[in-house]
Amino acid sequence: MLREIYIALTEFLRTFGAFGLFFLRLLRHSPHVLFRRFPLVIGQVYNAGALSLVIIMVCGLFVGAVLGLQGIDILTVFNAEDAVGVFAAFALIKELSPVVTALLFAGRAGTALASEIGLMKATDQLSAMEMMAVNPVRRVVVPRFVGGVIAMPLLVAIFSSVGLLGAHLVAVGLLGVDVGAFWQQMQQTLEMEDIREGIFKSIAFGFVASGIAVFEGYNAIPTAEGVGRATTRTVVNTAIAVLILDFMITAALL
Amino acid sequence: MQNGFLLSCRRLVSARRGRVAKQSNTLIEIRDLVYTRGARRIFDGLNLSIDPGRVTAIMGPSGTGKTTLLRLITRQLVPDSGSILVDGVDIATLNQAELYELRQRFGMLFQNGALLTDLSVFENVAFPLREHTRLTNRLIRHVVLTKLHAVGLRGAADLMPQELSGGMARRVALARAMVMDPDILIYDEPFVGLDPISMGVIVRLVRRMNDALGITSIIVSHDIEEVSTVADCSFLLSDGSVAASGSPAELTKASSELVRQFMHGMADGPVAFHYAAPGYEEQLLGRDAE
Repeated sequence: MLREIYIALTEFLRTFGAFGLFFLRLLRHSPHVLFRRFPLVIGQVYNAGALSLVIIMVCGLFVGAVLGLQGIDILTVFNAEDAVGVFAAFALIKELSPVVTALLFAGRAGTALASEIGLMKATDQLSAMEMMAVNPVRRVVVPRFVGGVIAMPLLVAIFSSVGLLGAHLVAVGLLGVDVGAFWQQMQQTLEMEDIREGIFKSIAFGFVASGIAVFEGYNAIPTAEGVGRATTRTVVNTAIAVLILDFMITAALL
Repeated sequence: MQNGFLLSCRRLVSARRGRVAKQSNTLIEIRDLVYTRGARRIFDGLNLSIDPGRVTAIMGPSGTGKTTLLRLITRQLVPDSGSILVDGVDIATLNQAELYELRQRFGMLFQNGALLTDLSVFENVAFPLREHTRLTNRLIRHVVLTKLHAVGLRGAADLMPQELSGGMARRVALARAMVMDPDILIYDEPFVGLDPISMGVIVRLVRRMNDALGITSIIVSHDIEEVSTVADCSFLLSDGSVAASGSPAELTKASSELVRQFMHGMADGPVAFHYAAPGYEEQLLGRDAE
């Protein structure tokens, strides 16, 4: 029993260390890719960002709508239905948008990245690049990583906007909250600092979610089974990392 | 434009001739190579040398580490001990930039082609040029179409790799391997899983590329028949070292048990038909369980 825990712990630390080193390698190559190979990055922003738009917008709309419903339900108790705009804005911008977007990103873009890179490895495409004297980390991995990092804050912003629209539709359109009160209270109460917290989180999650996805893909066992397992691990590890990191950032900023 | 292109081709060819003339008579030399993976010792004191301008085959039963040897020669893997010299230079001493420079002299054909799946056939062949040269698009088009024409697939330039048959994919990969005009072409199991027609096409291409371009070819394979028609010299690997070497005709006549088993495809011999197991009778009667 103790021995198993010991093995699991060393295995975890080893993976964590390997991820750290890999992450530094990504950062080291990022400037080159960003400035010299920008077209590659644009393609990946499209892949990770634009192709995730539908799921982000649909989820954002419904998360916002639910916030509207729940907010009014609880705020009626205090006779403060008008504050539902503030309620939704705070919840979305500071917490829900970055976290839920990161989780959705892991499911949509992260798995795509991991399986794509894993398959390229399994079919010798990465070795072939090595043999053509092209560094696969620079050519394949880093553009995808940077693309994901750029896409995440944009997706979070879109999630927040659509979420507020959802809350508006439910609160104002369905439950009769005053339009002016809804938006004006939100504007008065929400500080730039709150928005900055959301942006900071979205950037941090972008690094983590894309980093984990390309790490798992690049280190996948080059078989069909290995690639499958890598995509699963991408989702699980991103979820855990994002939620822990969210707690740490929130605690640090409050 | 046309003249400039021909001129640069001619310059390339003369540069290559100069290089060949300077070379000693071995291009790649492997000395006392030891390589272990996990608990298994794959190479144990392997010695092998490859002459320039010839087609050299590396043969052996599955699992003897033929592909591993290719990866060692190109330093995708690093040996535990021993040295691999290319043109007299120990490749273990090269740094990343020098290694990449050396690799530009190699062209490698992977078992399944290893074409980049998100690029078209044309872009796959153009890939090394776009990465390593500053040629204009027009010149790249010219070079790529020439190489594709050489493998008979100029008409397939706009297809995606998924749309190609196995034999076609391998020919495209061959065009890509040649596009930087390498000195050494390496083929990893080029004949596996091909129909007889594609196989014949590849065999002829290997020979033609070698002779027309004056390059050195290394083929890893266990298809004796095909290898015999194309190779000048072959090495038979077994148990981590070279069991026999010589021209295919010499190998067929060799007296060693192992060579005979391999060359004639006999089921049992030094490479046993049965995987190591306890006694048959005892196991059937359940005595070993007691």
